[in-house]
Amino acid sequence: MAEFNQTRQTTIRIIIAAVFAIILVRLMTLQLFSSKYAKLANDQAILRKVVYPSRGIIFDRKGKAILDNITMYDLMVTPSQLKGVDTFSLCRILGVDTAEFKKRILTSIIKNSRNRPSVFEPLLSAEKYAKINENLFRFQPAFFLQERPIRSYPFKAAAHILGYVGEVDSSMLKRSNYFYQMGDFAGRSGLENYYEKVLMGQRGIQYIMRDNFNRPIGPYEKGEFDTASVAGRHLNTYIDIEVQQLAEKLMNGKVGSVVAIEPQTGGIIAMTSGPTYDPNELTGSESRKNFSRLFLDPASPLLNRGMQGVYPPGSTFKPLGALVALDEGLITPDFGYGCFGRYGPCGRPACTHSNAGHAANLSLSIANSCNSYYAHVFRMAIDNPSYNNVEKGLLKWKSYMTGFGLGHKLGIDLPGEYAGFIPDTARFNKEFRRGGWSSCTIASLGIGQGEIQATPLQMANAICLIANRGWYYTPHFVKNIEGETAEDTLLKKYREKISPLRIPNDYYQAVIDGMEMVVTNGTARNAHIDGFAVCAKTGTVENYFRKKKQQNHSFFVAFAPKENPKIAICVVVENAGYGATWAAPIASLLMEKYLTDSIAGPKRKAEIERISNVTIIPAKIKHERYVRDSIKQVKDSLLRMRLEREQKARIDSTDLAVAEKDFSDPVSLPEKKKEKTNSLIAVLPGQRYQYKKFHHPNI
Amino acid sequence: MEKQAGIGKGIDTTMLLLYYALVLVGFIAIFSVEYRTGDSFFQSLLELKKNYSKQVLFIGISSLVAVLILLTDSKFFTTTANLLYMAGILLMLLTFVIGKDIGGSRSWIALGGGFNLQAAELCKIFTALALAKYLSRQETEFHTIRSQIIAFVVTLTPAVLSIAQKETGLALVYLSFFLVMYREGLPVIYLIVGFSIIILFITAIVLSFQLYSIMMGIGLLIAVYFLWRKVKRNFFILLLLVLIAGSCILFKYFVDYVVFDKILKPYQSERVLSMFGKSYTPKDPERIAQLENEMAKGKKKDYSYNVKQSKIAIGSGGLLGKGFLQGVTTQGDFVPAQHTDFIFTAIAESFGFWGSALLLGLYFLLLFRIITLAERQRSTFSRVYAYSVAAILFFHVFINICMTIGLMPVIGITLPLLSYGGSSLITFTALIFIMIRLDADRQMVLR
Repeated sequence: MAEFNQTRQTTIRIIIAAVFAIILVRLMTLQLFSSKYAKLANDQAILRKVVYPSRGIIFDRKGKAILDNITMYDLMVTPSQLKGVDTFSLCRILGVDTAEFKKRILTSIIKNSRNRPSVFEPLLSAEKYAKINENLFRFQPAFFLQERPIRSYPFKAAAHILGYVGEVDSSMLKRSNYFYQMGDFAGRSGLENYYEKVLMGQRGIQYIMRDNFNRPIGPYEKGEFDTASVAGRHLNTYIDIEVQQLAEKLMNGKVGSVVAIEPQTGGIIAMTSGPTYDPNELTGSESRKNFSRLFLDPASPLLNRGMQGVYPPGSTFKPLGALVALDEGLITPDFGYGCFGRYGPCGRPACTHSNAGHAANLSLSIANSCNSYYAHVFRMAIDNPSYNNVEKGLLKWKSYMTGFGLGHKLGIDLPGEYAGFIPDTARFNKEFRRGGWSSCTIASLGIGQGEIQATPLQMANAICLIANRGWYYTPHFVKNIEGETAEDTLLKKYREKISPLRIPNDYYQAVIDGMEMVVTNGTARNAHIDGFAVCAKTGTVENYFRKKKQQNHSFFVAFAPKENPKIAICVVVENAGYGATWAAPIASLLMEKYLTDSIAGPKRKAEIERISNVTIIPAKIKHERYVRDSIKQVKDSLLRMRLEREQKARIDSTDLAVAEKDFSDPVSLPEKKKEKTNSLIAVLPGQRYQYKKFHHPNI
Repeated sequence: MEKQAGIGKGIDTTMLLLYYALVLVGFIAIFSVEYRTGDSFFQSLLELKKNYSKQVLFIGISSLVAVLILLTDSKFFTTTANLLYMAGILLMLLTFVIGKDIGGSRSWIALGGGFNLQAAELCKIFTALALAKYLSRQETEFHTIRSQIIAFVVTLTPAVLSIAQKETGLALVYLSFFLVMYREGLPVIYLIVGFSIIILFITAIVLSFQLYSIMMGIGLLIAVYFLWRKVKRNFFILLLLVLIAGSCILFKYFVDYVVFDKILKPYQSERVLSMFGKSYTPKDPERIAQLENEMAKGKKKDYSYNVKQSKIAIGSGGLLGKGFLQGVTTQGDFVPAQHTDFIFTAIAESFGFWGSALLLGLYFLLLFRIITLAERQRSTFSRVYAYSVAAILFFHVFINICMTIGLMPVIGITLPLLSYGGSSLITFTALIFIMIRLDADRQMVLR
């Protein structure tokens, strides 16, 4: 009976063939003609992971690591594996209560899903780490320890020099042309920032396959496309960490700066800025909190006053003024000035000395720091008869200043150096109109007061120039880079000797002799160091804050020994009084420490303690702290009031919630009460709210 | 074993080759889904802990079943066909009592040792045998409505039971017997009506109510225009046409309010509708409440996840594929049920278009070979049975692959001989080897 249906087999074969053809066509469109699926597959299954190399270490001049890497541990948790883990004993080790534990687990689930590990406790303390590591088998596999390299400053010093590492921000991302990625860490200040490219090394990239829960399951293509990371290179610096530590100790409780430079190389031995902070505060888990505290402190501990503090140099400027006059041939080392306690021709400035002969020659004038002498010498330079014009005289004077390294950035290997300021004709023409000023008007420049501004770094560098008799190297910290090649151009400019002025050696000798007399029988006899010929100059700098005269800054510059100088130093203690009172003994102690590697005698050691225990807070900072504290007080009381108000409101709303329970249908609440529950409804999940609306379209 | 003269006689070697080729491809695919670099291959093979190692066991059992079938006398199948069918139905009814719930359907019977049997799978063989037995009866006149209805009842009883067991996918497979009946002389009108209903169903899903009604109106006018002469002769034809159009419009209501809201489960409705780019919005208040509840808890599942991932896996394979064990989607477990229903994605990702086309080619050869075998049978029983095998295999391959490439809603049926699973593999083995056994005795007249 069925034979006559035999032709139907063809129909069936055609149907089958047609269906297979449709499937094939569809497969072609999926597999051959659309590339989006390949991309989707890779996007979801392959993770591009950046591997960060360890950063380079920074060593001081004696080879001590002053910025190192240490490994700390994060306790990680995978919430999905928590079942059966003895969480109670873990909480006891960590000192965490159950509520806190639950909160952390919940946060990690929300942040990172329950199948992926998240940080449960970052940067465990040594004690907690030891306890957990010992008991880890009890908490596995839900908990495990993950290494995290951290920058550490073993000497807790040189915060401003070394700088810190922080997460890059959006402006940095843009500036780096997106070389950095969100979440990367980079040097944010100090050497960490300046030598970032050297210290960071080369980032590696790993391609990791991951599964549907985003868990890594192994390298992609056996790591064929991975690139290895290259560790950062080390830096050898001129810093003497012991001198640095001593400087920080001496500057304790004071505002100001110490800059010490090795004259022969321009290598910076120490640079402190008071107040300072422990650089370890800006690494690790508390770094954000600490940063904002330091950032908001009115004493600006984050400011590196060594190169960012600008001051009139005061009397420490006088040796430079002398050199200008000598080089211009206006005076000889024998030139004397009869000062009677006041500079006569202009009526100011006053001089602290009035005894006859205290400025009988150049050396004496430096030793006694005669203001009249230097006002006079300055005026001679400005009114130099060979120019016959104050403007030309001032410009010539300014060119000398530029030669001394003042009024422009020196180019130290730290970011954020300030230029200071040397006034020129434009400044005075603007202030007094052209021709309206004379050498008398600006005579205070001669004694380093008035418009002139210099950083302690610039002053220390100028002393280097005097100590070297006419040349200097740009001050810098880094001696060399580990494995340095010709491609490392960062250090090139620090290896070029700079000698912009051609001042004869005799003139330097005269000035240096005077500076030696400052210590032997001049203003700073307390700066004497046994066995070394110290050349120095004190400074007592008048300064104003909001047009109100403040206590003088205590300034001191020095170098030692006189022949073949090893250290040049500039010390500034803000609002501390005479230069000889604070700055001079500090400089003396530091030079001794550097030159002899120790402090001789109990008397000198007691001196260290005496100075470091003195707190000199400038009046303006006291005032600012007072302002800040009173604002805080007001804010606190406002906050307290708000909290009280909210608490009261909460009690009200709980009453309402209880009342609400009595109604089976919350929507039928009386009109007045509904208004009050507004906030309550808003807290409910949106969907449930909609659900109510759905059933009661009349709301 | 096949080389033994006793049972090897008359066996179709092409079928054997194709069978083992597909089983091997299946093992490779399951292996590639589960194997991770570093796993000890032989150890897990011996320990039977991995799916691919279990699959090796299933292949062994299947081969044993094959040998047993080949050793059986062909007459055994003809004589016990009805008995086996009854037993199968009984087994399916039994699952309602002792059934085990796996993946939301109570269609499994626990065999112990972690192995389960799906009665509805086995029942396919018995139904094929029973249909063959019925159609090969000398007294059956298949052109009569009565015998047609009996045939329908024989094939659709297990389907209905499957639906009751919440195994909609398996139930659909029983529709494949219509292809067999078509070969045996079922009037074309049945197929046309069936096809029309499918078209109407899709139209009802895709179009809005207004557009759908307008379409029906236009269809009615066209029909009246073409049948104008007949309408003039007999007015009742017009009435009939209007009635058909009216019931078509009612069908839209039926689809929207009954099929999606009552018959299919929410996730099934979602899957079917998402095929056509529509989202499922329930109209039944109970379901609305359920949905709202899910939404509020944030537990609403994305039912299109499977298909999305399946398409990503297949599409990312490209022309040549990513290579064996190199498929990132497969290795990352992104495709759910990849070792069972979505096994095709593993092949398509690893071996690309060429691999997929080759696999399709294997199935194509298999199906055509079976039809060739069927047509060379002397006895109606053997022919009907062989066609049943072809039809079942065809439906499985067609629905399974179409679902992975997004041409069909996700229906849980396996890819024959490839998907992991003992029930599936053993069923298809038995199905195919009974046919090979029957074919070996094609000179005999079996009834």
